[in-house]
Amino acid sequence: MAYSVPHLDGEQDPQFGRSDARGWPMWEVFVRQRRGMSHVHAGSLHAPDAETALQHARDVYTRRVEGVSVWVVPSSAIVASDPDEADAFFEAIEKPYRAATYYEIPDEVGQM
Amino acid sequence: MTTTSERTSPAERFQAIIDADEKIEPSDWMPEGYRKTLIRQIAQHAHSEVIGMQPEGNWITRAPTLERKAILIAKVQDEAGHGLYLYSAAETLGVTRDELVELLHTGAQKYSSIFNYPTLTWADIGAIGWLVDGAAITNQVMLTRTSYGPYARAMVRICKEESFHQRQGYEIMLRLCNGTPEQKAMAQDAVNRWWWPALMMFGPHDSESTHTNQSMEWKIKRISNDDLRQQFVDMTVPQAEYLGLTLPDPELRWNPERGHYDFGEIDWDEFWQVVKGHGPMNRDRLEHKIKAWEDGEWVRDAAAAYAEKQQARRAASRTGG
Ligand SMILES: [Fe+2]
Ligand SMILES: [Fe+2]
Repeated sequence: MAYSVPHLDGEQDPQFGRSDARGWPMWEVFVRQRRGMSHVHAGSLHAPDAETALQHARDVYTRRVEGVSVWVVPSSAIVASDPDEADAFFEAIEKPYRAATYYEIPDEVGQM
Repeated sequence: MTTTSERTSPAERFQAIIDADEKIEPSDWMPEGYRKTLIRQIAQHAHSEVIGMQPEGNWITRAPTLERKAILIAKVQDEAGHGLYLYSAAETLGVTRDELVELLHTGAQKYSSIFNYPTLTWADIGAIGWLVDGAAITNQVMLTRTSYGPYARAMVRICKEESFHQRQGYEIMLRLCNGTPEQKAMAQDAVNRWWWPALMMFGPHDSESTHTNQSMEWKIKRISNDDLRQQFVDMTVPQAEYLGLTLPDPELRWNPERGHYDFGEIDWDEFWQVVKGHGPMNRDRLEHKIKAWEDGEWVRDAAAAYAEKQQARRAASRTGG
């Protein structure tokens, strides 16, 4: 495949997690595409501080005027829901009455 | 209340997502083999984008016009961006950027062999955009449908930019082919040198690639090496005809029964030689990459020191110092 290299005889899996490298922290980048739209996650990058993160975000994610505004947020500041709890968290099947289609309105009433 | 997680095992849930053609996301459980395969592939892809800046960067100072120079800089900058999107995607699998960079520098992880060929003339810049980016697009369009979410998203972003790369390359070739006989000869020479390496980019025959099956089952890969290569040949032959250039393969001809072009056999000896590190530019590429990394160390250090200082200053002003 174009940018991958076939396995060679005796190729070994590299060991991960041993490096004590002190890389720059990671930031999440959000871009507002147009006025009137929300900022949407575009990707992530590394930078030593917020100001540089913003500059990198501009270079990496908006080289072709992909947006009118950029946010950068330290990745460590993101709190995520637990994927194993996704069912309990997002279960809606037991509450069908929350959906508009649950209610029957006679055709004569017209569009509602 | 019963949740799906109580009814099924993580492996079953993983398989169900794959079967439903949905995406696996970083926080999902995944088989170790899936994770390892992805790290290897995405890292190689990232390394390729980064090393791929060198053959073209070689011509930035010698581009024939200011406009061509600006275009080439923009293209090379895109490739740096592609590397960054991909490193970020790899990092979601639990490896760090620094580890990946180190693995490239020590040679433990490889990059695509295509970048181990030299760029001898300006026409090579045209041939690379047209053929090498063209082959990359064929592969990357498939990868927009890969099963790992962050990888697929990086590919969508990359594919949007690749079209510019291929078109600017083809336009360079057009200009040369409509130019003087010397310019056209230069274009032909570039195609003679890049055609076979471009076909090699798709990798060994399906019958030889032992890891392909598993990758197809996991839907990391959606189309086989040989099928992608055929797609690329079918797409490229008419483009070469339009340029009035000859692709250097005497066996290349339309096969009406198959509805595809037949083409000759790749020199697999050369292929494996370059993969194993004996290509014309393997040494130079890596040495240059390491030198750039080392030369930039003081910049990284200065940026980190500045960030620390700013943080300390902010902390001091908060405490009313
Ligand atoms: Fe690229
Ligand atoms: Fe490209």
